[in-house]
Amino acid sequence: MKAMLLKRALQLVTVVWGVGTLTFILMRSLPGDMAYRIAASRYGQDNVNSEAAALVREELSLDQGAFAAYWHWLLDLLQLNLGHSLVSGAPVTEIVNHMLGHSLLLALAGLLVSILIAVPVGLLCAWRGNPLDSVFMGLSSLIRAIPVFVLGVVFILLFALHWNWFPVAGFGTPAHLVLPALTLALSLAAVSNRVVRDSAKHTFQAAFYQFSKVKGLSAWQTFRRHGARNIAVPVVAFFGIQLVSMIEGIVMIESLFSWPGIGHGLAHAIFARDIPVIQGAALVMGILFVALNTLVDMLCLWIDPRGVRQS
Amino acid sequence: MISCGLKRVLSCVLVVGALSSGGAIAQPTQSNTLSISAAFEFTSLDPSKNGFIYSRMQVLETLLDVDEKGLLIPALAERWEISEDAKTWSFHLREGVRFHDGALMDAEAVVNSLSIAQAKHGALRNAPIESIQAVDKNTLVIRLSRPYTLLGAVLANYANGIVSPEGYGQDGEVLALSATGPYQLHQFAPPHKLVVEKFDDYWGKKATIPYASYLTGHRVESRVLQARSGQADIVFGLDPASIPSLKRLPNLALYSNAIPRTIVLKVNSGHPFLNDVSARQALSMAINRQGIANGILRTPGSEAEQLMPAFLSNWHLNRLDNDNQAQTIKPDALLASLGWKKNAQGMLERDGQAFELTLITYADRPELTTVATAIQAQWQAIGISTKVQVTNSSAIPMGHQDGSLEVALMARNYGFIADPLGVMLSDFGANGGGDWGAMNWNNAELSQLLSSLEHTADPKQYRDIAQRSAQLIYNERPMIPVTFYVQQTSVNKRVAGFRYDPFERSFFLNEMEFVKP
Repeated sequence: MKAMLLKRALQLVTVVWGVGTLTFILMRSLPGDMAYRIAASRYGQDNVNSEAAALVREELSLDQGAFAAYWHWLLDLLQLNLGHSLVSGAPVTEIVNHMLGHSLLLALAGLLVSILIAVPVGLLCAWRGNPLDSVFMGLSSLIRAIPVFVLGVVFILLFALHWNWFPVAGFGTPAHLVLPALTLALSLAAVSNRVVRDSAKHTFQAAFYQFSKVKGLSAWQTFRRHGARNIAVPVVAFFGIQLVSMIEGIVMIESLFSWPGIGHGLAHAIFARDIPVIQGAALVMGILFVALNTLVDMLCLWIDPRGVRQS
Repeated sequence: MISCGLKRVLSCVLVVGALSSGGAIAQPTQSNTLSISAAFEFTSLDPSKNGFIYSRMQVLETLLDVDEKGLLIPALAERWEISEDAKTWSFHLREGVRFHDGALMDAEAVVNSLSIAQAKHGALRNAPIESIQAVDKNTLVIRLSRPYTLLGAVLANYANGIVSPEGYGQDGEVLALSATGPYQLHQFAPPHKLVVEKFDDYWGKKATIPYASYLTGHRVESRVLQARSGQADIVFGLDPASIPSLKRLPNLALYSNAIPRTIVLKVNSGHPFLNDVSARQALSMAINRQGIANGILRTPGSEAEQLMPAFLSNWHLNRLDNDNQAQTIKPDALLASLGWKKNAQGMLERDGQAFELTLITYADRPELTTVATAIQAQWQAIGISTKVQVTNSSAIPMGHQDGSLEVALMARNYGFIADPLGVMLSDFGANGGGDWGAMNWNNAELSQLLSSLEHTADPKQYRDIAQRSAQLIYNERPMIPVTFYVQQTSVNKRVAGFRYDPFERSFFLNEMEFVKP
């Protein structure tokens, strides 16, 4: 376990440096003048002109060479200083904290609800088999085929317009969280219930599982002692990966529900060439990726200690 | 195993609950908050950057205000005088005006605020100001190096809003937006949410609605649904396609208002295909404006042959429509007179060169992309091949500066400075063009006319010169107008007292009230 944590710590340092450097190179390689892009985001479309761009260029020393800018960034990073947004001037840590907090909240809520849907449905399908299995698998294929944006609009039409239970968009109260989380959850559950179902089916058909029944254990005792843990390992790993991709990939939901998450913020920062915000957000995502993977590995080792002996 | 799993689920629920309640607002509720939804984001407290939102939410005020016709009216300055040589402007401040931090506004505070604004990006920076000085507690004087009639309109721009001296940091950055409006900041959650609270010590008409919130709704579908559900009381920038269904809802009132913004094509008049006025006229004539207004924007009657809408009467040519109807020359004939001939594919060619153009536009305003593709098809019909590139709005001033721009489709706000002369000078001024205006097009007469307006105080003379300028632009087509903008707004009927500001300076929140059920 210690060796794994040490390996992951080293990975973390590499990821932080690699992600930051790659972001820097990519942003610098994009065509167009950074000063104009930043000025457009700062002052708005009605008020951006060459004068504003010149002002931005001078204020932010954009004329300095790429190497000097990279060196400044690296020195700041060593002091754990992520800098300030080129557009708003606010500290990057503050901006990322605001965006990531909302993204994590939405992603965790979505994941939790998706687990509550996917695990029982997946187990039920594996347990009962056809025709229930085919019905649920068909339904999940259908839901997965619907773009998440459409799913969100359907929920808004039903729960916000028809029944007026929840607000259409916005944030700040638990009620605002319900519809975006539900949209996300249903879209995720449509995939993860297959993973649960496949894992459960594989376990239920395994020789050791059949043997435990033969030796006289009840169905529930068999599932508790020999099923749950075996089913859980691939499912936990899958949910872990889903959580990371969810945090960065829920732009459409954030946009539809006016949710100030990191996916949406990152997209806007890229349009604005707000390099410190892009680097800060990418760094935090990289750290989160390593941390969540470590957590999933630890959880999997705890569920199935055979992994320790193997490693 | 089950109890352990349950514990985990419960703890997750608690974490989610705690996280979500952490962001909850304690005081504003649906019953005491007027909620507004519109498309534009804000990122900063600085009036020079995002002052438009604080001005509209009535947090920020300026020395002078603008009425519906664009005329200057008193605001924080209750009166002002201009010297005979038109180079000294004296402003007499309203007494007893308090900032949101409780401090009294005086001439020193106003001088401080304007001096900081002058150092930042904005129209004040380019005004010929020699000095801004406080003469006494309630009087300040601005001295100019030359007569400049635009000063009043420039001072009314949001970038020059008056902020308490305590609100600024050492380098002039805005740390707290303590201004003088009938509402003060309550919650600032950029880039999406702003909540303002009524300010009881306001000098003018006090607000009756305790709170007002602004939520950025990026997607028009989402804003329409907010209007339908009643979540938002006022929704700006509705999709014209949604208007018929919204009109049927008994709880909504809909408003369509003309604003001084025009969809217009910026043309590089130095381009070898476009340097002849006949070519620009042909391009203009080939545009089916009525089709775009009716079919795409669904705002019949918004088609534009000239830059300014009718309510900017000084700059609007009334006789233009008749002249246009009388025009019988076809665009094909105009292009043929320039030596363009159609090839076997029906596309224009001259000296072996195909008539190909690149048209850039930006996605900030989604209708621009659709209009651009419509123009692409309409030009295709007369044999011009157009490549449409959707990019960032900054590509237009950048393309102007580096000379790479050929044609650009944009939404130009001629009321950005309340007097359109401000925008006209930057678009058609001394250098024969501007970042958002004409390009490689020099007209000495127009430059001279616009320059003379800077010191023309007589209204009749001003109008005559403005009319002549508008006619010159219409004749030469350095910019090709397409349609005027119509702002579509929905207002929930629980709100009374709504009115629309065509200059988009204020939402007039303090004039609104909730209707008692």
